[in-house]
Amino acid sequence: MKKLNFKNMKKTTKDQIVTYAMVVIVFLIAQAMIFTGNMSSLMQGLLVPLCIYSIVAIGLNLCVGYLGELSLGHAGFMCIGAFSSAFFTKCMVDTGMNENLRFLLALIIGTLTAAVFGFLIGIPVLRLRGDYLAIVTLAFGEIIKNVINVLYIGRDSNGFHISIKDANSLNLGEDGVMLINGAKGITGTPHQSSFLLGIVLILISLVVVFHLVNSRSGRAIMAIRDNRIAAESVGINITKYKLMAFSISAAIAGMGGVLYAHNLATLTALPANFGYNMSIMILVFVVLGGMGSFRGSIIAAVILTMLPEVLRGMADYRMLIYAIVLIAMMLFNWAPKAIEWRQRHSLKKIFKKKTEEVQE
Amino acid sequence: MAMLEVKNLGISFGGLRAVDGFEVEIKKGQLYGLIGPNGAGKTTVFNMLTGVYKPDDGLIKLDGQDIVGKNTVEINKEGIARTFQNIRLFKDQSVLDNVKIGLHNQYKYSTLTGILRLPKYKKIENEMNEKARELLKVFELDDKEEYLASNLPYGAQRKLEIARALATNPKLLLLDEPAAGMNPNETEELMDTIRFVRDEFDMTILLIEHDMRLVSGICEELTVLNFGQVLAQGKTSDVLNNPEVIKAYLGE
Amino acid sequence: MNFVSYLINGISLGSIYAIIALGYTMVYGIAKMLNFAHGDVIMIGCYIVFTLMSGFHVNAIVSLLAAIIGCTLLGVTIEKIAYKPLRKATPLAVLITAIGVSYFLQNAALIIFGADTKSFTSVVAMDPVKLADGKLTISAVTIVTVVACVIIVLALMTFIKKSKSGQAMLAVSEDKDAAQLMGVNVNKTISLTFAIGSGLAAIAGVLLCSAYPTLSPYTGAMPGIKAFTAAVFGGIGSIPGAFIGGILLGVIEILGRAYVSSQLSDAIVFAVLIIVLLVKPTGILGKQIHEKV
Repeated sequence: MKKLNFKNMKKTTKDQIVTYAMVVIVFLIAQAMIFTGNMSSLMQGLLVPLCIYSIVAIGLNLCVGYLGELSLGHAGFMCIGAFSSAFFTKCMVDTGMNENLRFLLALIIGTLTAAVFGFLIGIPVLRLRGDYLAIVTLAFGEIIKNVINVLYIGRDSNGFHISIKDANSLNLGEDGVMLINGAKGITGTPHQSSFLLGIVLILISLVVVFHLVNSRSGRAIMAIRDNRIAAESVGINITKYKLMAFSISAAIAGMGGVLYAHNLATLTALPANFGYNMSIMILVFVVLGGMGSFRGSIIAAVILTMLPEVLRGMADYRMLIYAIVLIAMMLFNWAPKAIEWRQRHSLKKIFKKKTEEVQE
Repeated sequence: MAMLEVKNLGISFGGLRAVDGFEVEIKKGQLYGLIGPNGAGKTTVFNMLTGVYKPDDGLIKLDGQDIVGKNTVEINKEGIARTFQNIRLFKDQSVLDNVKIGLHNQYKYSTLTGILRLPKYKKIENEMNEKARELLKVFELDDKEEYLASNLPYGAQRKLEIARALATNPKLLLLDEPAAGMNPNETEELMDTIRFVRDEFDMTILLIEHDMRLVSGICEELTVLNFGQVLAQGKTSDVLNNPEVIKAYLGE
Repeated sequence: MNFVSYLINGISLGSIYAIIALGYTMVYGIAKMLNFAHGDVIMIGCYIVFTLMSGFHVNAIVSLLAAIIGCTLLGVTIEKIAYKPLRKATPLAVLITAIGVSYFLQNAALIIFGADTKSFTSVVAMDPVKLADGKLTISAVTIVTVVACVIIVLALMTFIKKSKSGQAMLAVSEDKDAAQLMGVNVNKTISLTFAIGSGLAAIAGVLLCSAYPTLSPYTGAMPGIKAFTAAVFGGIGSIPGAFIGGILLGVIEILGRAYVSSQLSDAIVFAVLIIVLLVKPTGILGKQIHEKV
């Protein structure tokens, strides 16, 4: 049998294994803490949201770190995933379908619907300069929220009724069931999300993105990011791979949405959960964790979600701090003075100097 | 039959005629040079040949096929690959991956195969690695395959760009100032490499160059471009001794 | 008569969008970046006027001038601290920084002024004009807004055509490096662009809050995005384009609110953006930009 030699492994393979291991270890530690009664109920309530944020951040990182395009609409894709899956679950809840199968189907539906929307949004925008994608995805997130808030869908023996005015104009029969009730959203979705499920979905997202970026298509996506003109010159179809990366990114955000929808009894599309602020928060996770590092996204999501809970007094300043993080990270990475400073103080250089001194 | 046949090629930018009535005929396996003072329109010709710009008029035939109006991706698939005057590598990716990106259309498997890591993934990736390493060996970059492209020395970056272009399996290779920024030793080495590529791959090569030693050393025929028009054309030694050409170059 | 009244309201709202869009379009044309924080500069301008007028009973004109000066300084400062160090960075880094600045201004305002909505006193204290035997009422703010917008657009076009600084702006927007070689001070030109854009933002903000008298830290965000849509609609980089795009978008929004659905009016505006990008990404008056190879 070939011996598994960690040291000689390719860097990317190592990176993947460390990331999977980290997720599993965090899960085991959290489970141990719950089991021994060392985790407050407040923290326990945060476990599933942590998984949701991590998944959406992984999705957004694919878009920002690998495709090199900025989306401010990932909360919108989450919203699509949440509502389409909850709608399906709500429709099926009385049919006696197996609970797990129903959730699996809801997961697939939520993910695919988000992917389709990502594809449709991508078509007009991805041909253009990057800034447009940011603004259009932002606009898209707002449209989705607006539309869902005026959407009424009910069902009776005559089939589905849809209105964008109010609940009464649905004219539901005696046996009618309200499925989506405008701004009141979807109520009564069975609670099927769990920490374990969240961890499994994180692992699935990680497998998908790691395998994607280390494949032929992934290389094409990164080639477009690094140099679009050169990528074209070697025969890479720019639009195809941009759309592919963006749709997959949206799909993963949709998956996070499915987890979100099945974690709450009432699902509404509010600015707080699916608005601009949510998209920014996810972006902060991605930027702070390092664009292109999926592990970093998860770590940043966990730390930044836990921190305000631990340091209560910080809550008011949380979003201000997010803003400063975004600006500071970019200046640190790109400002000429910061680059110069980093080169002077880099660990490698200090280390190198020391070895040189020894040699002398 | 000519590998590349260009007739009466022209383009204007906002009323300015950048290239006018450009003509050239390059035979299969030929090493052909395109020279001229700065701003003469040489790179514009390359951009028209590769579909970056759509020519206003004229005819471009590659191996008998009309390619005018096709986009860059289609033209690369037809068989034209190029390098760039200002190096355009995929900086944040490894040397090996840069060449593998060049192999994109030569070795294929679907995205799903990649994500699910089906057996075909492993097989084709191995084939790609093998082919890429073979190409890197030609340019003596095989010991640097793990380096990030941006960490290579300048001369090696130019070579990597040629390797990447060759990976697309072209019929015609366009090199835009391959010796720019190289010292005489590196240029000497590059000349050997270009000759080797031509012989080994039976490649047709059109290159833009300012380094006259390289031009006179390896190009069999030349076209001189001045103010967007062909000033002289023919055998290298004849062209370089043409008084018109000397005048254009020395400015009097 | 209703239709005419909606149309007038639309033109008025559109004039505000147009003034904001000028800031976007100039910065985009010259610094080649989407200044995400532009909408939030508007909000800061409104808070300056609100604080001076309600808190210190300062006269409206003086308050407006103070807001213009305040926003101009703010715009130039933002450019200097956050954007200037990133001239050579990737567009993605610049965009993320701009979003950071926008988010910073919103949340700083939230902490300083509180989350509650303030009711803004109109700076235009004149009687409405009644037309057609009193069937059609046009408020004074509406008239002032439209007139202000037309004056600003004409003044700006003259400035760019006639003044030396305006010509420098044109040169920088065409080719930054070439302009530098020709002796244009690029940094100063970009600063001036931010200064003008931000000063205009203050005017737009005060007009906006006079017409729709509520003020919160998020007041600037939505009009900002819509004004960017207007700039894209008209053709980004073009001053007459910003004017036309702004007016059209304002009219579309008001008519959509009146005849389709009040809750979906934002969605309609953004649908316009997506359609424009799909059909004519360069906008009504925009020109094709060639990338250098």
